[in-house]
Amino acid sequence: MIRLDAFIIALVVASALGVVAAQHQARKLFSELEREQARARGLEVEWGQLQLEQSTWAAHGRVERMAHEVLGLRPPASGQVIVVEPRR
Amino acid sequence: MKKKPVAVTLNHNPLLKRELPVWRSRVVLVGLLGCSVALVARAAWLQGFNNEFLQAKGESRYARSLEVPATRGRITDRNGDVLAMSTPVRSVWAIPSDARLSPADARALAGLLGMDVADLNDRLGSARDFVYLRRQLAPEVAEKVAALKLPGIHLQQEYRRYYPAGETTAHILGFTGVEDRGQEGIELAYDRVLTGASGSRRVIKDRRGQIVEDVESIRPPRDGEDLALSIDSKIQYLAYSALREAMHKHKAKAGAVLVLDAQTGEVLALANAPTYNPNNRANLTGAQLRNRVITDSFEPGSTLKPFVAALAIERGKVTAATQIDTGEGRMNIGRNTIHDTSRHGLINVAEIVQKSSNVGTVKIAMDFPPQELWTFYDALGFGAQLGLDFPGEAAGRLRPASTWRPIEQATMSYGHGLSVTLIQLARAYLAFARDGDLLPVSLVRKDGLPRAGKRVLSVQTAREMRAILEMAAGPGGTAPKAQIPGYRVAGKTGTAHKLENGRYTNKYVSSFVGFAPVSAPRLVVAVMIDEPVSGQHYGGAVAAPVFARITASALRALGVAPDAPLQPLQLARPATADAAARDREAM
Repeated sequence: MIRLDAFIIALVVASALGVVAAQHQARKLFSELEREQARARGLEVEWGQLQLEQSTWAAHGRVERMAHEVLGLRPPASGQVIVVEPRR
Repeated sequence: MKKKPVAVTLNHNPLLKRELPVWRSRVVLVGLLGCSVALVARAAWLQGFNNEFLQAKGESRYARSLEVPATRGRITDRNGDVLAMSTPVRSVWAIPSDARLSPADARALAGLLGMDVADLNDRLGSARDFVYLRRQLAPEVAEKVAALKLPGIHLQQEYRRYYPAGETTAHILGFTGVEDRGQEGIELAYDRVLTGASGSRRVIKDRRGQIVEDVESIRPPRDGEDLALSIDSKIQYLAYSALREAMHKHKAKAGAVLVLDAQTGEVLALANAPTYNPNNRANLTGAQLRNRVITDSFEPGSTLKPFVAALAIERGKVTAATQIDTGEGRMNIGRNTIHDTSRHGLINVAEIVQKSSNVGTVKIAMDFPPQELWTFYDALGFGAQLGLDFPGEAAGRLRPASTWRPIEQATMSYGHGLSVTLIQLARAYLAFARDGDLLPVSLVRKDGLPRAGKRVLSVQTAREMRAILEMAAGPGGTAPKAQIPGYRVAGKTGTAHKLENGRYTNKYVSSFVGFAPVSAPRLVVAVMIDEPVSGQHYGGAVAAPVFARITASALRALGVAPDAPLQPLQLARPATADAAARDREAM
């Protein structure tokens, strides 16, 4: 009888320690998850800012100015355009 | 061990021998019992029946309710280019009574916030409990402010809306307030779609402030939906820059341009001048905010003439070749006289539209009872809102036919005495561009096949009108400057006197509405220039070149195949260019 009691007490103690360990583990993992989620939000914000930056750099006004002033491009005169049509 | 004699034992205590009254022990017993019952009752009360207070107190030691912010949806153009987007910024606020800054700290903070030290000290000297020092600071700067670790200075996260295209798209997008809620334009019209709902959740935090457990998610956050407009940002830019140039050249008071996709009824570009930069909240007031395409109506002038001609052809009253005598360009109706700008004599219906003869148009219009004209104008969408859900959309003015006097019926045929918005006018031209049916216009991208429109003209009439309008935009018409190399264009000019305080003045609204390419119309472009003062004021001279510039580059941008030979444009020898175009169609 005493042996059975001791055995059960040992089981209870072991399970209690297990609960503590599991809880600790869960909290550790959870805080890791939190960190990663915060990182994901941060990256999303950064993505948005990069999109904005891209739109600013690629603004049509700027592209036109660059094409004219830096690259010296201009629209073709009407005589310079050849239209290729598929044979019917 | 020897037993000691015990003088007093427990049992032989002389004190016990005294008879005590029984009630004394009873009192003690009852008193003790009563106390413990009271304790048990109190414990039961606190733990069982009235436990909210203590539970809340306990929970507040470790549990926190956190706001989970939601972001406002993006607005993109039809190709997914970002036109408006919210990004987090920080606002710096202070509790003045806590903020005791050393002069060096104050200088450092003022430097980061871009404020005067005196101004900063002024705000920190305020008697209030809460002052904003600077709203909507870039995150990098905010981090430097946080790194100073100044007492009483706090940061708060907010969202700020950015418009990368700035003034180009200002009128269609509108803008949001400091709280990131829409105040104008699409931002206001679609505020409910774009705005998200922030959520909240309960968490357990440990001693170091880290979240260790999610207790429950009270409300999950719902981010605002993204919105794809029908705008094509390239065409929008082309339209805006052409308009800006024309405004500058003619020193006009205002101007507006609308580009519609003739196949779907979507708005590809909507530009206004004067405009404003929505990224700078400092000057968001005044006339520059007006969206003249949708919220302002004007008397359209001659751009309305083709509709009278179309109705007459549709009803079989005339054909394009019917001769009408416009005489000396004068016509009396009651006590009023209607003038033409020059004498045309005997001309046919096509030429009346081509040369924009008021007298000829009136003669055609007077053949109809007022109700029939009204019904047609109403079917074209004049005098009623188009249902765009755009804030402040104007309906224009079209009076009921029963109130029309003959002179009013006459002036309405050439676009005076009624008012329309530019978007109504452009949409009505869809009927010519689309073989007679009218589509609803849309500011947001429509996916899938366009719905069938409402038929207002027969296919035959619409095609005839296209030929007539091509003449009007051609060498013998009022707007040869609408011509563009490589494409056949059609359209009609308008030059309307402005009505001020009930009288017509010598100020003008010049307009042009047209479409291209004529063989298979793809774009309807409407241009309106308000009060051009420098030199010319005729629609053909002011608005038509803007139409030509926008249409030429927009068709190229859309990759529409040219339907006219690509020769150097020869306005001096019109007959050959025209003939070449016709030959080509016959092939």
